[in-house]
Amino acid sequence: MRKAYFDHIAATPLHPAALEAMLPYLKEAYGNPQSLHSAGQQAQAAVEAARDAVAGLIGAEAEEVYFTSSGSEANNLAVKGLAQAYQAKGRHLVVSAVEHLSVLNPVKSLEKLGFASTVVPVDRTGRVAPADVGKAIRPDTVLVSVMTANGEVGTLQPVAEIAKVCRDRDVLFHTDAVAAAGSIPLDVKALGVDALSLAGDQLYGPKGSAALFLKRGTRILPQIEGGVQENGRRAGTENVPAIVGLGKAAAIAGEEMEARTARLRPLRDRLLEGLPRLVDHVVVTGRPDERLPHHASFCVEFVEGEGMLLSLDLQGISVSSGSACTSKTLKASHVLLAMGLDHALAQGSLVFSLIDGTAAEDIDHLFQAFPPVIDRLRKMSPLYTQFLKERRS
Amino acid sequence: MIYSDKVMDHFQNPRNVGVIPDADGVGQVGNPVCGDMMTFYIKVKDGRLADVKFQTFGCGAAIAVSSMVSEMAIGKTLDEAMEITNKLVAEELGGLPKNKLHCSNLGADALHAAIENYRERQKGAGKAAPAPADEHEHEGCACPYCDAPLDEPEAGYCRACRVELEECPACGGITKKGAACIHCGAPLKA
Repeated sequence: MRKAYFDHIAATPLHPAALEAMLPYLKEAYGNPQSLHSAGQQAQAAVEAARDAVAGLIGAEAEEVYFTSSGSEANNLAVKGLAQAYQAKGRHLVVSAVEHLSVLNPVKSLEKLGFASTVVPVDRTGRVAPADVGKAIRPDTVLVSVMTANGEVGTLQPVAEIAKVCRDRDVLFHTDAVAAAGSIPLDVKALGVDALSLAGDQLYGPKGSAALFLKRGTRILPQIEGGVQENGRRAGTENVPAIVGLGKAAAIAGEEMEARTARLRPLRDRLLEGLPRLVDHVVVTGRPDERLPHHASFCVEFVEGEGMLLSLDLQGISVSSGSACTSKTLKASHVLLAMGLDHALAQGSLVFSLIDGTAAEDIDHLFQAFPPVIDRLRKMSPLYTQFLKERRS
Repeated sequence: MIYSDKVMDHFQNPRNVGVIPDADGVGQVGNPVCGDMMTFYIKVKDGRLADVKFQTFGCGAAIAVSSMVSEMAIGKTLDEAMEITNKLVAEELGGLPKNKLHCSNLGADALHAAIENYRERQKGAGKAAPAPADEHEHEGCACPYCDAPLDEPEAGYCRACRVELEECPACGGITKKGAACIHCGAPLKA
């Protein structure tokens, strides 16, 4: 059976060259980068080379890059660490309604410590209006956090414009670029951001590798305290193999981004345009333009996401869904609801995110498998029966 | 795969899917807001369920549960069918993941609703239409385990998944009574 993996947003495969680069640090080069002996210094050099590579991917200086264990940790560090470091100035935060939970939940816990927040809405395509961010900023606002791209609907945010709004009002701006970094060009200086999160498992690096960019001169309160690793801003013995893998993957992403996009975008366009033509009552979520180049997302009416996901999986096709049933918390995606989709439609969420190596045959395979899957589930669906009855009368 | 082979079999090859146009009883439970909606149709002959059909909007577990309930119910007397419990259905399916147990509740509930609808009709209530799915406002009062709307959060009980709930004093989230808070991990007094 042909295997077609359309779940980049969950995890990308590890690039073989990244694995190769990691292996010595899982085997003979096991030194602790904080040790002064040569085994330690070998590891230290590898970590610093990786820092250079990650900085290079986003136009940062090496010393502005701090390694963390995950995109979630980078987001937690940015939101809590910046809010706490600057609370003398004020205790108000601004975030968009479609942020990842690793941004939204830290904001919630800061509220329990006396911070206040404003959630900026998004339009039907999941996009934040920079003017709305401007309206949400108060004299006591210390931090705005709006993601670069949303993994569920692929929508790119006007990050540079939002950063300018924040700069003009003297407010720090963090962007969660976990879904975007490695897939679209990012330059922290051109964007004008103060902090940016990225993760290795979204750019063909290993899981457990991630980084926070923090503009030079920006204060932050560490969330993991202990030793002097990461310039005292994130304690804990460095995960050298993961960091090395992230560095290698970031270097490759920088070199390959254009070619990858050129390969994936036409396939994605075929998916984005083809699926709604193949089956009726399938709507695109997010934007047709201004979206991640490897990303296509839909809502299929009258059926529920998990049923589709399982049925496609049985045919070797891996996809994601934001339906309540597919989530472990059994809540429909806050992103789709924030975009104004009704609950029933949000339950039919289906997300395809292509990886390097996705072939035209994978799309063919999907196009063949998809209509019968939907047909079977709709025949079982009381909502579809109801729809047909109403259409007849 | 998160489901047992038996669940997957019923999901892939559900028994008794469909509509009975001249059903003797119809029951509908759930709504798309919660993620699952089931409609059961029954035909009754000589006090027994001669035919059962269903339609389900929902996850793999919801579909498998509906199928299993229909299979268990056919041929039973109405009283016997009323004794099919959610627990029995989950057991017959070889177990369900913990966060999917509420699906099994819906399956038996939908069958029972159809039987009750039949009994009401027998009482001469006429061919009443099935009760429409509840239109819940879904603002901030959902069960954290099954997402079903809670009538009164302070009542401390989710009827859909039958969990006793309370408000966590540490974080204010709704969580299971007496266990560690699922939101913030604070230990709660039993």
